[in-house]
Amino acid sequence: MEEKLTLFKNRKRFGIEKNIDIIFKNTALVLSSFVAIILLGIILVVFFQSFESFSRYGLKFLVTSEWNPVKDEYGAFTAIYGTLVTSFLSLLITIPLGVGTAIFITEDFVPKVVREIIGSFVELLAAIPSVVLGLWAIFVMEPFFRAFFVFLHNFFGWIPLFSTEPTGRNSLLAILILVVMLLPIVTSIARDSLNQVPKKLRNAAYGIGASRWKTIFSVILPAALSGIMAGVLLALGRAMGETMAVTMIIGNSNVFSWSLLSPGYTISSMLANQFGEADGSQVSSLFYAAFVLMILSLVVNIFAQWLVKKFSLKY
Amino acid sequence: MNSLYYQKRLSRNIGDKFFTSLSVICALIAILPLIFLVTYILIKGGSQITPELFTLEPNPPGDDLDAGGINPALIGTLIITTIASIIAIPVGVGGGIYLAEYSKGGAFSRFIRFGVNILAGVPSIIAGVFIYALIVSTKILFGSMYSGLAGGMALSILMLPTVIKTTDEGLKLVPNELRYASLGVGASMYTTILKVTLPSAFRSIATGVVLGIARAAGETAPLIFTALFSYYYITGFGDLFYEMGSLAVLIYNFALEPYDAQNKLAWAASFILVLSILSVNILSRILAAFTEKIKRV
Repeated sequence: MEEKLTLFKNRKRFGIEKNIDIIFKNTALVLSSFVAIILLGIILVVFFQSFESFSRYGLKFLVTSEWNPVKDEYGAFTAIYGTLVTSFLSLLITIPLGVGTAIFITEDFVPKVVREIIGSFVELLAAIPSVVLGLWAIFVMEPFFRAFFVFLHNFFGWIPLFSTEPTGRNSLLAILILVVMLLPIVTSIARDSLNQVPKKLRNAAYGIGASRWKTIFSVILPAALSGIMAGVLLALGRAMGETMAVTMIIGNSNVFSWSLLSPGYTISSMLANQFGEADGSQVSSLFYAAFVLMILSLVVNIFAQWLVKKFSLKY
Repeated sequence: MNSLYYQKRLSRNIGDKFFTSLSVICALIAILPLIFLVTYILIKGGSQITPELFTLEPNPPGDDLDAGGINPALIGTLIITTIASIIAIPVGVGGGIYLAEYSKGGAFSRFIRFGVNILAGVPSIIAGVFIYALIVSTKILFGSMYSGLAGGMALSILMLPTVIKTTDEGLKLVPNELRYASLGVGASMYTTILKVTLPSAFRSIATGVVLGIARAAGETAPLIFTALFSYYYITGFGDLFYEMGSLAVLIYNFALEPYDAQNKLAWAASFILVLSILSVNILSRILAAFTEKIKRV
């Protein structure tokens, strides 16, 4: 017994090795907490930088659209409205297109090889930088759609959304480029969640005589709904924060207009345009706008996380 | 007897046909512009490629005779993404190791995983605003304001969540038997991680990290008021502390110029950027598929 105990003691790790182990673990711990530090840092820094503007304008900042560095009057309503309108309308177009495409590449309408090629092609497109999309929008999309916009204005001009004469860059083009940008996101997430629906659900539906689309609408889509919703929310967050392509094509005008055919503004494009050369209380107001954008995207993202957690383990 | 045969006129069959064609139309509307977009960028940009492009400085816009090249922007993109990787990879891999190997699913690790997802959703321009407030406006980096270093830091914030996530998920796929075996023969925890688990998850982590780097290389919004832009060659180490050009910002600036020569330069830069990002993506996909096949055998 005594002999065994000393043997055991001799087998103990050296002090150095033990210390290295502890140091290694704690380094990893510190590194992982960097995420939290950066996240809190971003929120606090943006909040405190916007404090001056926040205390001066309060919530009035959100509903007035005067943006005048000369008179020192700031309100971000045009930009906030632009952010919400462009992101929601682009999502409204993207959802049916993206989910329809996802259904097309998860059902067996065409051979598997073709579907896989389409699927990976769509995923690759998510990797194209938004600034390149902006370039494309300026030189290809804008001339291409010009005649269509004139047509829209001539025939639907009585609707406030199309009430202004189209002159070059406008909010509708920003919406369209956002659709191009969001399609890969929505399609690939919808495809993944459709693929995750267990095969037996489909077989059961077919077994009781449901047709293909009855099965899709009543069984498969409801089962995949939480995943698709989460993907849609992620896309919404991306659309709100998207900067480059939108900045390049939206026209950047702070004059408020209901019309989608007139130049507009979003929070991110306002930041991209003005941050470099702003000074004084304009900087603080820009930080205030950035804070609003951050809160919007935080809310959307947290809601998406919650949705995934709440519904993902159902099947 | 009739009901044994496929009946075209049955409402459910008509409905099925209708929705099938609807989804085909959706797919066409979605995919055709995307194909058009890629081919246009590749053709239009590819036709602007000349050898001088890679060696010359861009000329300041205005004289629309000759736009020059994109050498400083090309080197700048390489430098800025390298800086971002040097910051984000150690921090991200270390954080991922903690989440996958040490944490026991408690409140802290759940909070960090949640934070990773939230940070991944923070708009990229906010990262730029944050670094501007923290580093550019305070001149904390030896009195320099706009600098390549600040740009790299802003990009690293965007890379960090990707790196942590891929490390975390890659390590979780390593079978526990390997860990037990290593600990069983008396290895300490850090030896186990460095010599056993990390190497066996290396491929998947590397793939994720490379994709993260490729994404960061195309980011513009965090750079436009941290690294700004520069027309001049990068000559030495000291240039890190001054304004630095990048392909992405070059595209942004020159796309908005009214001169044709600058616009062409923007197309050429997009070609290089898109081609390198797409080839990195395709290569890593092929590599991933290849290794998966080997594993199955």
